[in-house]
Amino acid sequence: MAAKADRSGKPRGNLPPLELYVPEPKFRPGDAVDYSDLVIPPAGLQPRPDEGCAPAETHPLCLDLVRVLDDDNRAVGPWDPKLDAETLRRMLRVMALTRAFDDRMYRAQRQGKTSFYMKCTGEEAVSVSAAFALASDDMVFPSYRQQGILIARGYPLVEMVNQIYSNRADRMKGRQLPVMYSARDFGFFTISGNLATQYPQAVGWAMASAIKGDTRIAASWIGEGSSAEGDFHAALTFAAVYNAPVVLNVVNNQWAISSFSGFAGAERTTFAARAIGYGVAGLRVDGNDALAVYAAVRWAADRARANKGPTLIEHFTYRAEGHSTSDDPAAYRSAQERDEWPLGDPIMRLKRHLIAIGEWSVERHEAMDREVAEQVKAASKEAEKSGILGHGLHHPFKTMFEDVFEELPWHLEEQAEQAIRERRIKWPDWKE
Amino acid sequence: MAGLEGVMTQEEAPVSLAEAPTRRLNMIEAINDALDIMLERDANTVIMGEDVGFFGGVFRATAGLQKRYGKNRVFDTPISECGIIGAAVGMAAYGLRPVPEIQFADYIYPGLDQLVSEAARLRYRSAGEFIAPITVRAPFGGGIFGGQTHSQSPEALFTHVAGLKTVVPSTPHDAKGLLIAAIEDNDPVIFFEPKRIYNGPFDGYYDRPATPWSRHDGSVVPEGYYSIPLGKARIVREGAAMTVLAYGTMIHVAEAVLREKGVDAEIIDLRTLVPIDVETVEKSVEKTGKCLVIHEATRTSGYGAELVALVQERCFYHLEAPVERVTGFDTPYPHSLEWAYFPGPVRIGEAVDRLLAAG
Repeated sequence: MAAKADRSGKPRGNLPPLELYVPEPKFRPGDAVDYSDLVIPPAGLQPRPDEGCAPAETHPLCLDLVRVLDDDNRAVGPWDPKLDAETLRRMLRVMALTRAFDDRMYRAQRQGKTSFYMKCTGEEAVSVSAAFALASDDMVFPSYRQQGILIARGYPLVEMVNQIYSNRADRMKGRQLPVMYSARDFGFFTISGNLATQYPQAVGWAMASAIKGDTRIAASWIGEGSSAEGDFHAALTFAAVYNAPVVLNVVNNQWAISSFSGFAGAERTTFAARAIGYGVAGLRVDGNDALAVYAAVRWAADRARANKGPTLIEHFTYRAEGHSTSDDPAAYRSAQERDEWPLGDPIMRLKRHLIAIGEWSVERHEAMDREVAEQVKAASKEAEKSGILGHGLHHPFKTMFEDVFEELPWHLEEQAEQAIRERRIKWPDWKE
Repeated sequence: MAGLEGVMTQEEAPVSLAEAPTRRLNMIEAINDALDIMLERDANTVIMGEDVGFFGGVFRATAGLQKRYGKNRVFDTPISECGIIGAAVGMAAYGLRPVPEIQFADYIYPGLDQLVSEAARLRYRSAGEFIAPITVRAPFGGGIFGGQTHSQSPEALFTHVAGLKTVVPSTPHDAKGLLIAAIEDNDPVIFFEPKRIYNGPFDGYYDRPATPWSRHDGSVVPEGYYSIPLGKARIVREGAAMTVLAYGTMIHVAEAVLREKGVDAEIIDLRTLVPIDVETVEKSVEKTGKCLVIHEATRTSGYGAELVALVQERCFYHLEAPVERVTGFDTPYPHSLEWAYFPGPVRIGEAVDRLLAAG
């Protein structure tokens, strides 16, 4: 039998050859950045439907951008949450504290005190304002860039540093990569390094809360990049099917390591628009506007708590720093992006707002910055007493084999003995 | 009470249980009974899965449970194994004890990340703050003309994962007690139900009439609550000529072959693959000096490889012959040639003969 001619790569008849489209970001290193194509609607113009509305009423907002702080630093429009000045100052302080914490931990990694760190610079409002909008006992299922929630909920900084240093005081017993916190008492689920897995888990937690007739809701965060995971689809489907009391946040910070948001579909539509397909409420919000984030999350939380179902919120923001300490964004994006970002910096914007309404000053802000830096310094010094990574002050050796199961099975007991024997061979005087 | 002897050991059967009235149940009925009891005993137990609610499951394992316990306790799910397991992890974090059903073990792969990276490691990564007391039930194995996607035995994928327990029952009696223990366990358990023996103890002779469970001692099931500890094997029958290590359907096939051949073999039903009851295995192989490992799953890197390694490491100087391994072939499960794939009496018989001839 004659072999059939291999036609791959050859045109057929008059048909045009097929073309694969591979997205490309607008700006690469060295490029001048021009954001004039980015549609940024004026603050205050977006309608605010009732929290109990039909999901479809929110769908125009999925293609809009909820904004509260205007160009004159005033809070305007129906989404203004009308928070009192004291609350705004607390919010500002937690955001500043989060940034100071990030800066110090970044340096600590560069000084060799730990292996890895991830900053959330420029995205502080996304987590901090959300934490203010949720009840303190609502359960959160964060990704690795929502340290602001923990800080807002008053989790001790020293515990965070202990975790980052994997030292002998680390509540995670040195088992997790730095920043993968877990804080059950603070309603903070153990962070996974596997992306988007927390999304269906949050929905499951919310379903459980509904099964039990509880009043607590769940909330989760993922990056726009990991919204491409199947878990995202599973979570939205479950949330819609069971009308789960959950707030699902997509933090669109434009970059997933070196892949721009186009690789998650951003060139076609917004991430908030995913809500339309699932028939759930959706909001798209200026993620660098602390008041808009608060208002959106509060709207969604109130809706969920009233048994009106889930909301998908896209927080439109910008990852001002690298993905992690292992990443150098200068290799793939224009350094100008950060400077030109049209939505500014969330801390600066809230600061200017507070000054504009006569509730803050440059001097108070500077004093606050010094105070939070001192607070972080004190916490990290305190943590260092319990050790830094790789200097021997870790949890007792045998803990490596604990918590795989509730009880140690025979095979892990044997392996623990083996590990201890290895240590004695290497260091004959070693004692636990 | 007749027939209970040999099925339960004394340590598993407290006096009150030994006196408990029994019923003859097939494996589906026994599983349904276990689920019913756990829903009744623990308000945190919830059952979820595709078609498990109103309909009662494609194999009827959850029949009647939604009606009895309501839609908040027993409910249908979207066709999304990732969502089912992911939601179960979240429910467990809340404090529930979810018992998700994956309709066929072959469908479990979309949920694998949630099992392997999440459920299995939750306790470890959070240093015990969060746990995943989830029992994932899934019918597995072939012999029902299920083709490639309704016949697989993927247990080795799970026994390889630190933090997961894997259980396979071989009788209605064990299915009930093990399932109750799995649900009560505070670690995630993969509970594989050999679907070929849901209705009867299939002996591998597919060309002979099927036997119902009612003619097998393993169908004598005590009423009410009892549990069989995970990690404990069951000696199906004692013998001196060789040790047979198997689980699930293959227990019955091995029994039939050895009976037909008149071989005085010791058959051990492992019941729990992780953690394995290595003591019972060791004791037996030291006594018999020969070992045959059987599973239905594909051969390469199968759970049998682990068994052979354990026996070799721990019993080498007692062995009088190489350890034999009988498994399915390293092909997908073929539809029309199902019985050519299945490790049936001929394949097992050959291995038994080799072991008898050796030493």
